[in-house]
Order: sequence, then C-alpha cells, then structure tokens
Amino acid sequence: MKIRITESPFDPLAEVRDYQDEMRQQGKYGASAIFIGSMRDENEGEAILSMELEHYPGMTEQHLEKIAQEAGRRWPLLGTLIVHRTGTVNIADPIVLVAVWSAHRAAAFESCRYIMEDLKSSAPFWKKETTEGGQRWVEKNTPGYTD
Amino acid sequence: MYLNEKYMKVKVKYFAGLRERFGRDEEVLELAEGTDVGGLWQRLITGHTLPDGIMSTVNMEYVQDDVILHEGDEVAFFPPVTGG
Repeated sequence: MKIRITESPFDPLAEVRDYQDEMRQQGKYGASAIFIGSMRDENEGEAILSMELEHYPGMTEQHLEKIAQEAGRRWPLLGTLIVHRTGTVNIADPIVLVAVWSAHRAAAFESCRYIMEDLKSSAPFWKKETTEGGQRWVEKNTPGYTD
Repeated sequence: MYLNEKYMKVKVKYFAGLRERFGRDEEVLELAEGTDVGGLWQRLITGHTLPDGIMSTVNMEYVQDDVILHEGDEVAFFPPVTGG
C-alpha cells in the first residue's frame, strides 16, 4: 500500500508503473483498476482559472491509509496506490489517482470505486476555486452514486 | 470559572472557510474538565450548538459533539470535505 500527498504536479501513469514495479507481484495480479480525477475548466456554469487545494496534514495520510486498509479487508487486493494533489492546481492537472491490483476484475473495479467514494466524502481536503470574479470555496462534492 | 474546577488544555484547528471566518488556523484553549466537543464549539460561538454542516475530529478521528475532551487532545472543525 502506498499513500502519497504532493504539492507538485504528478504523472499518474508513471506513478502506476513505478508502484507496480515496486509491488513485485508480477504474475499474481490479473486485474488492475485505475481512477484518475483531473481539474476541469468549468464548475456550476462558471469558468474556473485555477484552484487551491487545502488539507489537514497528518490526518489526511492517516485517513487515506484507513480507507485503503478497509478496502483490503473487503476485497483480496495485491496492491493499493493513492496519490492526491494539494496546493495550486491548474486546468487539466491530475488531482487524484486511485489504483488497485487484484487477481480478478470484480475486486479491482469495486475496491477502486469504494476507495474513491470514501475519499470524496471523508478525506480532509478542501477546494477553493479562482474564477474571473474572485475566489470561492467549493461547498460540497457531487454524489458518486446517482441512483 | 470557579477555583475548585479543574482545567485542561486542548489544541483546536480550523480549516478552509472556517479558518478564514475565525481568522486563525489553530489555537490552544483552556477548558473545564469534562467539556465535550459541542461545549467547545459553544465556547467559540457563544450560545450556538455545533451545526450539521460542520465536521469535527478529535485526534484526527471523526467524532460526534458529545465526545468528552481530554488534556492534550487535538480537535479540528471544518466544513464538508471537497477532495478528489
């Protein structure tokens, strides 16, 4: 399991490749699921220029680790990688990466979704958007499950 | 404050909009022993109970407002999280 919080831009696919090499589980995993969340240029009908991402250092890492451990209890995972940006984020920058490795696809798909939804609703990050008109805090995340 | 009451110190942290509203990111407060999370909030904003929209943690774990605080605890208050 690897959890990384970074103030610098990151390359999600390079993170996946490097972690996969470090895992040393070649031949064991048959399914990997990767989720990448990136910054859009628009929110609620307004153009967004950039964004500040604040977090609770210490709790963030501890909380993400707890989510990853819970996923490992629910599904047979061989590897879990979570990377999240903080600081000033620009349009199209990757914000979050969740990647999981398992023997079969059901565990990979489901655990990746589980980690991402839990992160969205409970990991201590806050976004402040910069628009033409100034700055505003994002009030809440949109629900991930719509039905 | 009564002389026979015992006091404890807790660290309180604020994030995002709440940090801006209070104009500070953390402080150490002296509270009467037995104070809970809701009681601490009432000390910050006199006469107001902790609103549903504010999340609270003690030592980096989410808690309800009836959790009793102890000497040295780190409490945090913040608006709904918006990561990912």
